[in-house]
Parts: sequence; structure tokens; C-alpha cells
Amino acid sequence: MSTISEFLTGEHHHCDDLFAAAEDDAAQKNWGKADDDFRRFRHSTETHFEVEENILFPAFENATGMTMGPTQVMRMEHGQMRDVFAQMADAIAKQDADEYLGLSETLLMLMQQHNLKEEQILYRMADQVLGNASDALIGDMKAMAEGA
Amino acid sequence: MLPAGLSFDQAPPIAVPFRFFLTAPLFLLAAAILLVAYGPEMLLSRHMPATLAATHLLTLGFTSMVMCGAMMQMLPVVAGAPVPAPRLVAWTVHLSLATGAAGVAASFLWGRPVLMHLGGGLAALGFGVFLAAAAWSLAHVRSRSPSVPAMGFSIASLAVTAALGLTLGIARQGGLDIPYVQFSLLHPMWGLYGWTALLVMGVAYQVVPMFQLTPNYPKAITTWLAGGLFLLLILRSAAEFTLLPPAVPGVALAAGAGVFAIATLRLQGRRKRKISDATLLFWRVGMGLLLAACLLWLAAALLPAEAAERARLLLGIAALPGFILAVINGMLYKIVPFLAWFHLQSRYVGKTAIPNMKQLQPDRPARGQMALYLAALALLAGAVFWPPLARLSGLLWLASALWLERNLLRALILYRRTVALATAKKSD
Repeated sequence: MSTISEFLTGEHHHCDDLFAAAEDDAAQKNWGKADDDFRRFRHSTETHFEVEENILFPAFENATGMTMGPTQVMRMEHGQMRDVFAQMADAIAKQDADEYLGLSETLLMLMQQHNLKEEQILYRMADQVLGNASDALIGDMKAMAEGA
Repeated sequence: MLPAGLSFDQAPPIAVPFRFFLTAPLFLLAAAILLVAYGPEMLLSRHMPATLAATHLLTLGFTSMVMCGAMMQMLPVVAGAPVPAPRLVAWTVHLSLATGAAGVAASFLWGRPVLMHLGGGLAALGFGVFLAAAAWSLAHVRSRSPSVPAMGFSIASLAVTAALGLTLGIARQGGLDIPYVQFSLLHPMWGLYGWTALLVMGVAYQVVPMFQLTPNYPKAITTWLAGGLFLLLILRSAAEFTLLPPAVPGVALAAGAGVFAIATLRLQGRRKRKISDATLLFWRVGMGLLLAACLLWLAAALLPAEAAERARLLLGIAALPGFILAVINGMLYKIVPFLAWFHLQSRYVGKTAIPNMKQLQPDRPARGQMALYLAALALLAGAVFWPPLARLSGLLWLASALWLERNLLRALILYRRTVALATAKKSD
């Protein structure tokens, strides 16, 4: 069985692939495909956020007693990214490539530094503190991600 | 097991990093003015007074200035360890480096010992405070980021560089008896290779995959390269004072830098993100120049004396105004707009429209400045062979520095305007 780190880092990489595809479509002004690819990217990423917010973060908070610590900052950054998703969807609806590319540049920076903190700090801590409960948690997260 | 009060709140006040990034180009400008004023004589040798002055304006005033500011920003994110007392540390480091750079450069230019003591002392104070803060932060690291070891070796090299520089400064005024020739060779090596190139490596391990969605650097590189090179720097230094042949660690150092440059270019070639921007282009140019510097390093070791001196001068150009300036210039175009956006978004979202990163830092003027930078660099290299080109190159450096400052100020002005709009609406 894989670790929490491996499972959720894999999701990040999957979202990166979808992000790059949508950005390339927008740069080429291939709007039909951009719309599809962006929807897939947004859906996968928001599902990933929900899996973390509903399963991983509460388990982490329970195990550590830290409710105002790292998970709080991660939730706030999810909120920031959701705001940018909404603006990106508008840019696609308006077929405004400059707007979309400016937003995707912004999102990429935000998303990557967020992922960095999760992958290199939070997930590792989660693997440590959740120990034996990890397998069951990963099972729950998979089920939720697949059901979405 | 769990550190108490772990927080990801990684944003020190925006004034902390911005003062570093917006002051730095002014030192680039000052160095350019020297090149215009002194022209061809600066290319006779790296020991010409104006050349030493310009070099220290670049290293203390531009590269170290940006690197210290960026490290204070990156440590919390990359290492999960904030820098203590960020405002006080930033204020002290910034002011000491700025005045120290000016003092040291003026002393080289006009030969006033008091300026060297003052400037050297101020620069030492700035680096001392920075080293203490960065070491404290690195000692509290909670992350296994591949960047962390390289950053540690980099700041250790900064300590060596600063100690050598301070000693050289005192000895230059006749106050100290040291092996001057050896120290004056080792000081730039530890500064350019140790402090600067090792930090570029540490930062690259993190940001090259991040910015362009490339695969990660091979584990063998991130685990061993920076530490191995640090050890080679020690061996190369020891070779100055023992029977150890300097060529052995010397060639290995050149090869190590070459491995890093090639690995970076290959990763960038495999990036998932197709679109390119000024930062990516600056980094690719920088890696090409690093490769050129490696070859020139070897050439300087193999060529007969007169040709070797020319190769050393070209090596200096490829390394400092080349590789290092290109990489830092490129980074500024990512860091400045992102920080401006991040601060606006965190505080004023919903109160007014927040400009995105490309609005804060459009790509077209950044690419324009890069073209000017490349022309200035090419003319500087050309001036090694045909000195009359030096002043023209200086004029292009001057224009490039001004354009860089203009581009960074654009982001600051738009930041301020957005804050004004947001706060005006709030008080309605």
C-alpha cells in the first residue's frame, strides 16, 4: 500500500498535466478544446481539494490537535485558487487569451508553492502522525475521488 | 515530535523583499556608468581599480542584494522555517549591503582606506546579520526539500567569502600580512562559485520543475552535487597552500558546474508547459553561459600565459555579468509580480479587481530588456578582443539596468494603485 504522500503527490502531478494541456489550448486559441481541458483540470483539482478538506485535514487535526495550524493555511490557499478558477472560466467564456494566460501564470505559482508545502511538509507529517490509520484513509480518499 | 506552532504563514510584509529587488538594479546602473566612464582600461585586467569597483557593485549591490532578499522570502516556503524578526533583519541587511557596496566600490576607485574600512565593515555587518538569520532558519528546517542542503552550503560559502574579503580589504590598506595573491584568487571563487552558483543550484532544484512543470532533477544530483562541489572548493583552496595539484579539484569543479547546466537544459527541454516567457529564456541563456564559463575555466588552465589571461577575463564575464546576472534577472520577473499579486490577493480580494501576474509584469517589455542585456553582454565580450567596444557596451548596460528598474517599478506602481483603489472603496 502506498503512503499518503505518494497518493496525494500523484494527484498533484495529474492536475499539472491537465493544467498544461488547457494552457496550451488557450495559447493556441483553440477554445473548444481549452474549454474541455480546463473543465477537466478544474474538476480534478477541486475534487482533490475536497478530498483533503473532508478526509485528510480533519484526520490530521484530530491526531495533532492543531486546528489553526498548517491545515488552516492550506484551506485558505484552496480558497484563493478557487477564486482564480472562476476568473479563468470567465476568460475562456470571453475567449480572452491574454487574460487566461495571465491568470494561468498566477495560478501556477500559487498552486506550485502550495503543493510544495503540502508535499514536503504536511503530507510527510500526516504519514508520521496517522501511521496505521493511513491505509484506511487512502481507501476513503480514493473512493471519494472516484465517486466525484 | 511535532513542532509547536507550525505555521505556513510565509509572507513577511511586502516591503521586506521589495526594497532589495528595487534597489539592486541601481547598482547595476552604477557599474554601467563606470564602464562608460573608464571604458577600455577596465578590460586590461580584473585587478584594475574601476574593474574591482564595478565587480563589487555587481556582487554586493546587485547579486547579493537580490539573493538575500529572495532567500528571506523562500526559506519559509521551501524549508518551512521563517526568518526571525523579518523587518529588523531586512532593514539592517538592506541598508548595510547598500552602503557597504557603495563604500567598497568608492574605495577601489579613489583609494581611500577609510572608505574600505567603512564599506567592508558595513558589508560584513549586513552579511553577518543575514547569515545568523538564515542559519537560524535552516537549523529549524521541517522540510526535506532538495534545496535545503545546497542553500546550507551556499551560506557557508558566503561566510568564507565575506571573511576572505574582509581580510583582503584590511590587508590592502597595509594593516595585515596575509598571502594576498592566494586570497585574492580564492575570494572570487568562493563568492561566485560557492555563495552564488550553489544557491542558484538549490533554487533551481525547486523552481525549474515548478515554473515549467518539468520532471525533477535526478536524485543523484540533488543529493550529492552541492556537497561534493563544496568539498572541492575546500580542496581547491587547500591546493594554494599545499602540494595538492590545483588542476585536479579545478577540473572537477568545472565539470560539476557543467553537469548542472546540462541537467537543467535537458529538464527544460522536457517541460510539460509549452508556453515560454522571459524567465525561461533568461534561465536557458544563463545555463548556456555557465557551460561557456566551464570551458573557459578549462582553457585558462591549459593555455599559455597571455592567452590564459584573456580566457580568465572572458571567464569572469561569462560567469558574473553572464550566467549569474541572467539567472537573477530572470528570477526577478517571476518573484516581483508573484509577491505583488500574493499580497494584493491575500488582503484585498473582493474589494477591487486584482491584476494578474502578467498585468503586473507583462512579458513583452521583459523580453525587450533581455534583448538589450544580451547585446550589452556580447559587446562586453567583444571588447576583450577590441577594447573600443567597452564604452558602447557600457551604454547598453546602462539602458538595460534602467529598463529592468522600469519594469519592476511598473509592478510596484500597479500594486500601489490597486491598494489605493481597494482602500478607497472600503472607506465609502
